[in-house]
Amino acid sequence: MAKAEKVLVYRHAAVTRLTHWINVLAVSLLILSGLQIFNAHPALYWGQKSHFAEPWVSMTAQQKGDETVGVTKIGSLKIETTGLFGWSGKPGMQEARGFPAWATIPSYRDLADGRRWHFFFAWLFVINGVVYWVMSLLNGHARKDLAPTRADLAPRNVWHEIVTHAKLRFPKGEEARRYNILQKGAYLVAAALLLPLMVGTGLTMSPGFDAAAPWLLDLFGGRQSARTIHFITASLVVIFIIVHLVMVLVSGVWNNIRSMITGRYAIEVEGDRQ
Amino acid sequence: MTTTDRRGWLKVAGASLGGLWLAACDKFTTDPKTLKVLARAEDLTRHAQRLVVDRKALAREYAPADISPDFKPNGTLNPSDEDYAAHLAAGFADYRLVVDGLVERPLALSLADLRAEPSRTQITRHDCVEGWSSIGKWTGARLGPLLDKAGLKKNARYIVFHCADTLEQTLDGSGQYYESLDLIDAYHPQTILAYDMNDRPLPVPHGAPVRLRVERQLGYKHAKYVMRVEAVADYSQIGRGNGGFWEDRGYEWYAGI
Repeated sequence: MAKAEKVLVYRHAAVTRLTHWINVLAVSLLILSGLQIFNAHPALYWGQKSHFAEPWVSMTAQQKGDETVGVTKIGSLKIETTGLFGWSGKPGMQEARGFPAWATIPSYRDLADGRRWHFFFAWLFVINGVVYWVMSLLNGHARKDLAPTRADLAPRNVWHEIVTHAKLRFPKGEEARRYNILQKGAYLVAAALLLPLMVGTGLTMSPGFDAAAPWLLDLFGGRQSARTIHFITASLVVIFIIVHLVMVLVSGVWNNIRSMITGRYAIEVEGDRQ
Repeated sequence: MTTTDRRGWLKVAGASLGGLWLAACDKFTTDPKTLKVLARAEDLTRHAQRLVVDRKALAREYAPADISPDFKPNGTLNPSDEDYAAHLAAGFADYRLVVDGLVERPLALSLADLRAEPSRTQITRHDCVEGWSSIGKWTGARLGPLLDKAGLKKNARYIVFHCADTLEQTLDGSGQYYESLDLIDAYHPQTILAYDMNDRPLPVPHGAPVRLRVERQLGYKHAKYVMRVEAVADYSQIGRGNGGFWEDRGYEWYAGI
């Protein structure tokens, strides 16, 4: 049997790499500034308007005997989250705030600056997303790399990918030339569902845009529902990012990072086949 | 080192590193030059919204059943200013809404006069910049016809609303609340000087006797305790020059988002 050899294959088009890194920047700053904006009123409601006495989610500081504790309420569930949600800060300098200082831009409470950061990078994010999708449809990235094939979707294949992923065994050879079905699914959900949903729910919170597109209010069930869905979707984006980073780390971190910078990804092929 | 020592040390190290990280971030994220660049997005947002939102497009109006039982008052809840207190004590009998500045015929309207002007009633959603929303029913004089009555001069480009309340105590008096609109929003059919809320005279926490409603923008544009409506060519000489109390404190002048 011939010895396996490393071969660099061209995996990511320049536009995919560029839009990926711009997206990294924009989404990171959107999340951090978004949490600053959330902190201005750390409560979520369903419907058109706020029901102040009964939020669906809230983060508050409450007195418990002599001490102040952070309390997070989700539906009928109430948990103490001192130091993280509701009440946090350096010893002696704790304050009532939704998310802690390290998770917001700026670290201290400043809604005006938070909004500046959020809307600037919202524009960058939207323009970048449009470029990504237009180019991906034109250059075949969407059709060739992202769209699942019939073989991808075969239950046996899906199960096989789940099992090998769970064992952290990733394809190294010819099959690593293409995304597997779990990658395709994750990227499609993120790029075609979650991120556009962030834009849609974000726009619904704009009283100006609502006048042009009142159907958005009906689509998401009201401005406060849109704000809640914006938050839930952002949480799913954070989960995607965590899983994505873990996968990048365990499936050959340098190879992955190189391929997203230079476009070249190393696979192992039989010596006589290159 | 004992475990407690080590833990204490780790805590200090963690806190210092965290502090450094935050300080480094804040130095960058609150840098005035950076923020000035970021603020350019406001113009983009305003132009984009003016492009896609029809000038006369209405904000959604709701059914009586949707009215919030817990409409949240914000900002000044009861002005401590002496002049206002005197008006309030007199039941606003001597209150006169002044319309002046770049107008042909300055007006001074009593509440009875104002109620006789062309009016509009609307049940609309109030979106606070903080993120919450409340729904209320408003009746008031339409601003457009009122401005026509006073007759805007050709060089009038903005309408400034001077309020009775001091929201922040400052030495130079820049803590007085005020707001401004361009003529597109001033002439929007839903832009009214409201004197009734939920079929009752406007309560003090919500801006008695008169507040502005400008339904396609965020709550801070809806100036309360309005005393004077001034037509101006530009607002750079008013307050700290940014067109409103909150605008002077870093918030966007165009609050449609």
